[in-house]
Amino acid sequence: MINTHDILETIEMIDNENLDIRTITMGISLLSCCDADIDASCRKIYEKITTKARDLVKVGEDIEREYGIPIIHKRIAVTPISMLCAVSGGDPVKYALALEKASQAVGVNFIGGYSALVHKGFSAGDEALIRSIPEALARTEHICSSVNIGSTKAGLNMDAVAMMGRTVKAAAEATKDRDCIGCAKLVVFCNAPEDNPFMAGAFHGVGEPDCVINVGVSGPGVVRSALAKNPNGDLSEVADIIKKTAFKITRVGQLVANVAAQRLGVPFGIVDLSLAPTPAVGDSVAHILEEMGLETCGAAGTTAALALLNDAVKKGGVMASSHVGGLSGAFIPVTEDAGMINAARQGVLKIEKLEAMTAVCSVGLDMIVVPGDTTAEVISAVIADEAAIGMVNSKTTAVRLIPAIGKEVGDELNFGGLLGSGPVMAVSKASPLRFISRGGRIPAPIQSLKN
Amino acid sequence: MRSVITVVGKDVVGILAAVSGLCAEHSVNVIEVSQSILQDMFCMIMLTDVSRCDIPFTQFTEEMERLGDQHDPQLKIHVMHEDIFNSMHRI
Repeated sequence: MINTHDILETIEMIDNENLDIRTITMGISLLSCCDADIDASCRKIYEKITTKARDLVKVGEDIEREYGIPIIHKRIAVTPISMLCAVSGGDPVKYALALEKASQAVGVNFIGGYSALVHKGFSAGDEALIRSIPEALARTEHICSSVNIGSTKAGLNMDAVAMMGRTVKAAAEATKDRDCIGCAKLVVFCNAPEDNPFMAGAFHGVGEPDCVINVGVSGPGVVRSALAKNPNGDLSEVADIIKKTAFKITRVGQLVANVAAQRLGVPFGIVDLSLAPTPAVGDSVAHILEEMGLETCGAAGTTAALALLNDAVKKGGVMASSHVGGLSGAFIPVTEDAGMINAARQGVLKIEKLEAMTAVCSVGLDMIVVPGDTTAEVISAVIADEAAIGMVNSKTTAVRLIPAIGKEVGDELNFGGLLGSGPVMAVSKASPLRFISRGGRIPAPIQSLKN
Repeated sequence: MRSVITVVGKDVVGILAAVSGLCAEHSVNVIEVSQSILQDMFCMIMLTDVSRCDIPFTQFTEEMERLGDQHDPQLKIHVMHEDIFNSMHRI
């Protein structure tokens, strides 16, 4: 029989340390739904999603009960909608409403893929889709949107960057009566992965199969408590403990992914090895960094600690899964992490430090509330800075800023649920207007020439 | 299919009988039992064969959890598929 200690360790992880499977995300290609008539296209989308994902939520809940592991989200990622717009033309918001209806019919809590990939330039449908994002997010509850504005191979599309600054601002304005929630569902990417199961950035890339199951694991609480049992170990030991813990967490993710894929009759895609925090006490990435010995997340040493954590998570997880993909690393969304919220409130964690941290972890400036009077060009410039880090380091970076309309530094926004809450953080007000207005493209860096 | 039933919490008279009784009631065969006191906590682990269980497995897990609550709110009973432990702790 499996030994008692191992059994109790697993139960302790689930009961007291918030071990969970963060999401089972079904990727569905909508390319077969393209139609020159937008209404016909919307009908086909609804039918395909409600057929493919009919049992997604039920299968997820059954696995939860049988294996005793909570599965927090059941979600869907679809082909970037801009591609369907390219064929049909018409008002892209119709697609958002069709997706919303499908999400409610199958009971998932988010559908990602109201997206456009414009890292080198705009093609048919892209600009119309981007312009429609604020309205689409304001009129729907379960739709997530993302736009890829750069890549290591293509460089940065600075016209798209300028456009996204205005779009983020408009999305905040359009939902200002609901804590600007539109912006919490909108991500601007550089090097967006095509198989990411996590929202708001999930979409189903064109190289993916018709339908696929991707799983995102979690477990910052488990890592923190494993470290807490060895408070005086040196950093090699710290890295080893994280690797071992990540291995165990990922094995559970792989198990759930295999079972879900088999029961749904859909191929397994990838496991995303991410430490995804929630606002719940004991489920914080910042608290892991503090457990390593920092007084508060954001102190000097934070970037080094995060680099160690991110690398060890990957090293531990990679052997535990047959296919690893998505974002895979540690997430640092400010409003979704109790330790980050606390550090930001104390003023120790600042946006500049977060930017440095994004150079060594899996995502970017995520869920950061900025003053409502932040101009569109400042938002664009923040996006450009972050995208440059991703482009040069051949990694994914993302920006999810929330301009809190009518609020200033010191105020707070509260989204509730897993999106959490957080203080408005200061952003430099010096104007980058002339730089952003130049438009054009920042050329791909020399490290993109690998052939 | 095999499942692991764990009972963790305060020691309560009759808990072993109650858990194995519920197993018998639903044709769940107990393969192995171990019982110990760990850090002042009563801890019983049962490996069972649920392939002939006469109700859906998820319903069996719910009945077991309820059984724990009825005996003592501090007594936690989990019924989990064996594979979660195998995958986490065995390569």
